[in-house]
Amino acid sequence: MGKANRPGPFGSTSGIILAAVIGALGVGVFVLGARRYLPPVASRHGIGIDAMLVYLLVTTGTLVVLGHLVLGYFVFRFSRGREVSSSLPGVRAERIWSIVPALIMTVIAEGGVLVIGIPVFSELYTEGPPSDAIVIEVTAEQFTWNVRYPGADGAFGRLDPSLISAENPLGLDPSDPAGVDDIHELALMYVPVNRPVRVRLRAKDVLHSFYLPYHRIKQDAVPGMTIDLWFVPTREGEFDLACAELCGFGHYQMRGFLHVVSEEEFERWLEERRG
Amino acid sequence: MAVTATETEAHPPSFLRRYVFSTDHKIIGIQYWLTGGLMGILGAFLAGLIRLQLTWPTTQWNLLAKVFPVGMEGGFMKPEFYISLVTMHGTIMIFFFVSLTLVSGFGNYLIPLQLGARDMAFPFLNMLSYWIIVPAILVAAASFFVEGGAAGSGWTAYPPLSAIPEAAPGSGLGQTLWLIAVALFIASFTMGGLNYVTTILNLRARGMSLMRMPLTIWSFLIAAAIGLLAFPPLTAAAIMLLFDRHLGTSFYLPEGLFVAGQLLPNGGGSPLLWQHLFWFLGHPEVYVLILPGLGVTFDVLVPFTRRPAFGYKVTVYCLLIIAFLSMVVWGHHMFVSGMNPLIGEFFSIGTLLITIPSTVIGVNMIATLWGGKLRLTSAGMFALGTICFFGVGGLGGVFLGNAAADIQLHDTAFVVGHFHFMIGGVTLLAIFAGSYFWFPKMFGKILSETLGKIHFWLTVVPFYGIFVTMHFYGLAGAPRRYYSLSQYGFLDDVAWMPLVMSTFAFAMMAGQALFVVNVIKSLWRGQVADKNPWEATTLEWTAPSPPPHGNWGDALPVVYRGPYEYHAAMGGTDFVPQTAPQKGG
Ligand code: HEM
Ligand SMILES: [Cu+2]
Ligand SMILES: [Cu+2]
Repeated sequence: MGKANRPGPFGSTSGIILAAVIGALGVGVFVLGARRYLPPVASRHGIGIDAMLVYLLVTTGTLVVLGHLVLGYFVFRFSRGREVSSSLPGVRAERIWSIVPALIMTVIAEGGVLVIGIPVFSELYTEGPPSDAIVIEVTAEQFTWNVRYPGADGAFGRLDPSLISAENPLGLDPSDPAGVDDIHELALMYVPVNRPVRVRLRAKDVLHSFYLPYHRIKQDAVPGMTIDLWFVPTREGEFDLACAELCGFGHYQMRGFLHVVSEEEFERWLEERRG
Repeated sequence: MAVTATETEAHPPSFLRRYVFSTDHKIIGIQYWLTGGLMGILGAFLAGLIRLQLTWPTTQWNLLAKVFPVGMEGGFMKPEFYISLVTMHGTIMIFFFVSLTLVSGFGNYLIPLQLGARDMAFPFLNMLSYWIIVPAILVAAASFFVEGGAAGSGWTAYPPLSAIPEAAPGSGLGQTLWLIAVALFIASFTMGGLNYVTTILNLRARGMSLMRMPLTIWSFLIAAAIGLLAFPPLTAAAIMLLFDRHLGTSFYLPEGLFVAGQLLPNGGGSPLLWQHLFWFLGHPEVYVLILPGLGVTFDVLVPFTRRPAFGYKVTVYCLLIIAFLSMVVWGHHMFVSGMNPLIGEFFSIGTLLITIPSTVIGVNMIATLWGGKLRLTSAGMFALGTICFFGVGGLGGVFLGNAAADIQLHDTAFVVGHFHFMIGGVTLLAIFAGSYFWFPKMFGKILSETLGKIHFWLTVVPFYGIFVTMHFYGLAGAPRRYYSLSQYGFLDDVAWMPLVMSTFAFAMMAGQALFVVNVIKSLWRGQVADKNPWEATTLEWTAPSPPPHGNWGDALPVVYRGPYEYHAAMGGTDFVPQTAPQKGG
């Protein structure tokens, strides 16, 4: 039906604008990403996780910028109404163009996870906590954290869900002598600095997730399972504990606190709580 | 085979048979495209409510109190209503917007047209697949107005939250309706998938070998195949969840559950079972959506670069490799779920393998520009935008596939930013690229380019503004699915971000109105399209715009060459349709 139904002339101006915006978006992502967002790290393995994250930010950030700039340049160059190239890309050009980026990506993605990521991950999960770790039991429920320390005997009392009541939120079995001196806290944990902490994570009702943003710890709490996790806090202070798995309408307010204190202060606190 | 052109002319079908209960793939495709579009508007509206709450939690919204008298009582949002909004936004966007518009809409419309067939292999099944979606949508929408409100356990519906009615307000009737809606969706999608695979394998025109199929068709074939493999486990999982909810079984429920002041009698099940089954579907499902997004992008890009798709064969192989890998990496959603961490390392390495074929596809898209003569139409620009989104989204995926990094990022806003770029963004832009591109074929009118370009700018730039920011909000530690994040000290430094994200979000939503206006205005008095307004090579452009019932007159097209021949300038043109005989042949 003639010219009127064809796309009109698309001058180079729109090409230049589009190219510029594509480039600017890439640079914008990089600039925004070059700031520090991670909460200041407060655990030993967290340093490894941060190394992983920083490595990824730098490498993928570079690729984001490069990718946008290359695309922007192509848009700029090929929107200027020249003749279409009549030659086809050769098999060799095609191979190089796909193999080189694929190799770069392999090195960045697989290299990163194998060299930096997996060692941190397997230290946390396969080696397990050292034997001198403080042991704490955390039982998540809608919408709070039950924290239990063993008493002076170093042993937790037996739990029986059929005994759960308002006064006995964990269902502690009164006939078990090991439980008599157990310490129970709500949404509050005390730990000494630089000592490994081992958390035995449980859930009473639905899924929750034990999330310590400063300590780079996140572990789902699953009803029916007791999951062990551990970390070494390296800085004293009061830190947030949050829930990271949707657990109902109160999910957002399942806040808890982790107090990391000196060894002496920790002993003092334990003494006091044991009464 | 399907109906022939003469047959239809002999018995003009009634209006109802023609436009409502039609078995014509084009009408069904358009029905899906429109239905999906309306659901997209609904999904965006819910996203708007989410953003209102996250940005202005203390403002009173009296108008909204009238629409949602329970959830927004007194003009303030209740936390349980917020969670229902997040759940239904995700569910609607994935199952009822992107799946319907992109996969079912363009799939049904294009498969016969690009293959040179008169219709799908099973036209009646095709009609049925659409008409099953309608009750699915009604059920999902009704769930907002039942006691307790809509489902509130996320689009992932993890038990026990989703299994125990007392565990949350939305876990009552709302969750049951959610499960019914999703089950209906699966039934419909399975019918569609069977139709896609059969049609593509059996109804190709003479000369249309597999390696002459446009990449769109390849992507639909592969997507339908993984869909057919992945959906049955989810169906089984959903039935088991319904049993747990209503018949007292314990597939997902362990012993000793204490919910709402009561000890439950269940025992022996595991919540992790659901996660495995769900993600065994859920991960392939995102590829069911994104692969067609990539295929469509290639097909829209090429006519505007006036160059063949770079590395066609390599791209096909990469799509196949991605499809295979996508079936074996579901565990990357479960690194911190309590699953055996050794398996986590395996899933991590496997997931990152996907970046390799994905990179190749991305660079092939970029290389398609090389040596070309760009025509910057709205369709072409949206296709270029898709490449950008695929890059940003894919590189975010490198973080999340990395098990160590995922400890910090899992279930934070980083994840939300990432998947919006991929299943939200790549697919959204592909939908728009495809709509601007095929609208002339679908309706015989060309969409306004001016409105189209403003729409492009108001989509792409705000999208970066919202979802790039969201990545960093997550890096700062912000958990997802939070009704309010104001009480956490570690977010003080990024407290400026929600306002930025919301401003961009509302700008983007306003921009989408332009598309609606454009469609209506162009249908009414748009420029009339001829057969091949973009000077493209594939078969749909050899049929009239819009094509009649049966697509071509008496003779079906015969194919002599590949889908993207833009190099050889012959007779003053720079493109050679697939139907042009080879020289001397
Ligand atoms: C109009 C633009 C959109 C905006 C502003 C938007 C915004 C949001 C927000 C704020 C959330 C909740 C985050 C949270 O608190 O967890 C969310 C969740 C989600 N969105 Fe979107 N979204 C948009 C479009 C889309 C599209 C096109 C898709 C298509 C797949 C999509 C899929 C999802 C999914 C799957 C979830 C997760 C739901 C869940 O957590 O269960 N969104 N979106
Ligand atoms: Cu929670
Ligand atoms: Cu996945």
